[in-house]
Formats: sequence, structure tokens, C-alpha cells
Amino acid sequence: MADKDTNAIRDMGSFYQRDRAWHPPAYTPQYKTSVLRSPQHALLSMEGTLSEMTGPRFGHGQLGPLDNDLIHNFSRDGEPIGQRIIVHGRVLDENGRPVPGALLEFWQANAGGRYRHKKEAYLAPLDPNFGGCGRTITDDDGRYWFRTIRPGAYPWPNGVNDWRPAHIHFSVFGHAFTQRLITQMYFEGDPMIWQCPIVSTIPDRAAVEQLVAALDRNNTLPMDALAYKFDIVLRGRRSTLFENRMEGN
Amino acid sequence: MVQKLDMLKETASQTAGPYVHIGLTPNWCGIDGVYPEDLGRVMVGPQAKGERITVAGRVLDGSGTPLKDALIEIWQADATGLHNSPLERRGAAGPHFTGWGRQPTDGTTGEYRFETIKPGRVPYKDGRLQAPHITFWIVARGINIGLHTRMYFADEEAANAECPVLARIEHRARVPTLIAPRNEGKDGVAYTFDIRLQGEKETVFFDV
Repeated sequence: MADKDTNAIRDMGSFYQRDRAWHPPAYTPQYKTSVLRSPQHALLSMEGTLSEMTGPRFGHGQLGPLDNDLIHNFSRDGEPIGQRIIVHGRVLDENGRPVPGALLEFWQANAGGRYRHKKEAYLAPLDPNFGGCGRTITDDDGRYWFRTIRPGAYPWPNGVNDWRPAHIHFSVFGHAFTQRLITQMYFEGDPMIWQCPIVSTIPDRAAVEQLVAALDRNNTLPMDALAYKFDIVLRGRRSTLFENRMEGN
Repeated sequence: MVQKLDMLKETASQTAGPYVHIGLTPNWCGIDGVYPEDLGRVMVGPQAKGERITVAGRVLDGSGTPLKDALIEIWQADATGLHNSPLERRGAAGPHFTGWGRQPTDGTTGEYRFETIKPGRVPYKDGRLQAPHITFWIVARGINIGLHTRMYFADEEAANAECPVLARIEHRARVPTLIAPRNEGKDGVAYTFDIRLQGEKETVFFDV
């Protein structure tokens, strides 16, 4: 292989090791579905290769004008019922640097806690004007925003009477496939966060608090919508200043 | 007391849940009209270079039951070993192949299916070549953090034998969990790659 190839690989600083104690472990018996879906062998640790340190990039041209507006992107004969909110924030890496061009996709239940999905059986009604999905791409400063309605809490089959706190699912695409992340955003002040078997898969309370969006009165639109601020942190990478040199180079 | 390192913590993962399709493949789950088509559905353009292949299989839980609510993403090099990514600095990948695909497992059979091309070889950090492979990322209800694994090709025996990543697997009996058999039929070339989350033949998953 040509030297320029090895240099091209070496110039990409490695990603910091993922702190697996900060994330939920695979096996969390209070969340029953995880029991048979959790690998039992140790994960094979490996420094990322080009296969994981590269990733697809998405462009603003791939998005439609209503993609970040869940109040209007499924509207049939009016607007959905519910508390109008703006969700905004930044996508940063662990070094605190903004991640521009990150694709964010989000999905959620309607104001009554009902998802638009054929396998969903909760008795709360569908809202004919609410689909529940949206997406956006961060700007040059890593900022994003979207408009939606606040989702409702809902019961789910785990224990006989378990409920999910109100939440919005986020899928995040950074620049490298190894940064791929799915998480959930919760709402400040919701007491149900601390009773949820899925939230409690996360061992560290500080890691849960990082998933709770703050009510942001300064960005609230008067006579229109409340605002919540939710920043997301993706894995960061080393600078290449002191990257190990292979022998002979 | 010492100075603070001033690093942020990565946002913790949470399960994708049973309704991941609403967000990531809305057209597939019947939410029409929001997006023209689901992202990652088509990877290969008509002019893409390389051998057309189908990669299909199931994701099985610890009881051997296929997951009917999982979502899989794959990422791979093109036929010459280059990625269609701004971070690819070794050259320009072919423009007619995205390298990235996203598919749900079928709600009835649990089968997933990607129409893609066979990738070329990609160098490891020290310059040795890895065997051709496809990177997999699996999320679903009950999976608390997305699982990374790789599919290798059974017909690449020599390359597999010298792949520096496969060489890292200490328990050699587990290597075959990553190697997909090839079938050539009237519909073309197909590889079958079942992913076992748990049990005797648990797939090797990576912390990468």
C-alpha cells in the first residue's frame, strides 16, 4: 500500500473509547425485552478502522421544507391537538466542538400518548393531523430546531402497570459510522422519568439528567409555543498531534 | 484538586423501541406523504460498478425467535474499497453507490434484505488489508445500545484468513458467526447472514 494511504488513515485521529459504564448495559432485567435480546459475550474491543471512521453525509437538499415541522408535515384538515413546542439545541462532540451536517431524525407519540404504528394497541385515539416523525440537519454551528406538539405519557406492557414518561426519540448521524446514536429526550420536571424501567437502564443519574431537556423560556414564542433546549453529545476523536507512528515511518 | 479536563460526556443511548420505523422508515410503516422515500432504501444506482449481491437474513433472540421489529443499517466500501464519505481521503468512491443502507426486519417473517454490491478491501490502520466486509448496526426494542458487527464473505477464504480484524477474535469457534455463505441462483448472488443476539452461536459484536 502507498505511503499516502497509511498517512490518510493515520491523519484521522481515533475516537475516544466509549464509556460503556455511562451507557445502559445490554442486560437490564427490569426492562424485560432486553433479557433475550442482550449479548452475553464480552464485546470485542477494536480501535476503529476506516470502515467505522467514515460515514455517509446527508445534505440539506435531501430535506423537504416541512421536515422539521411535525405540526404541519402530516396535517390533513388542520393542526394536531396538543401543547405546541419548539425543541432546539446543538450537537457537539466530546471535545465541545460543534458537529455541523449531523442528520437528526425524531419520532414520538401524539398528545394522547398514541403512536401511529400498526403494532400499537393503546386505546388513546390517533390524531388525524399528526404523523409523529421529523428530521433536520445541523447548521455550521451544530444547531438544530424543530416544531412539534408535546407527546403524552403512555402505558406499555412490561410490568402490569408501567408507563413511559413523555419523550421524543432521536436518531443521530454524526460524521463517522462509529458515532451512530439513538436516544430519547425527556421533559424537565416530569416525575415519571424516575419511575421508568427504560430510563433506569442507565446506571448513572447524571447520564439520565443529560437526557432531560430544559424548559427554555427565553426562546419560547410568545402566544405560540413553549421551547425546550436539548443538546446532544457525540463521540469525539483525538487530535493527531501525538498519534503513534508505525515503525519505519 | 486538579484542573478539570473539560470534556463532555457522550449522550447516553436509549433503546430505539418498538416504533423506530415511524422515525426511520415512515413510508415502510404506512406514514405516507411526509418524505418522498425512506432514507437508505436504495444503495445501488444503475451505473454502479461491482458485483450486485443480495444480503438477507434474520436477527434471532436468545430463544431462536426472529425479531420482527428490528432496524438494521449497513455501511461499506464500494467495489474498489473506497467509501462514499467526505472522510474518505484515499480517493473518490464511485458516485453511483451510496455505501449506506437501512432496512427493517419484516413484520411477519423477521427477514431483512439489502440490495448492494460486493465491497473491495479496505486497509487496516497499519496498512494491511482487511478482508471484504460489511459493517452492520442493529437497533430494536430491548436493545439498549446499538450493536456493531461485521459480515464477511465465505468465498473470500484467503482474505478472511489474513484479515487483521478477524485475527483478533480469540475464540476461533466464534469466527464463523461473521461469515455469510454465498448462493448463486436464478435471481443472482445472495448471501445469508443471520445475527444471533444470544445463545450458543452468539454473533461476535464489536466495541469499536
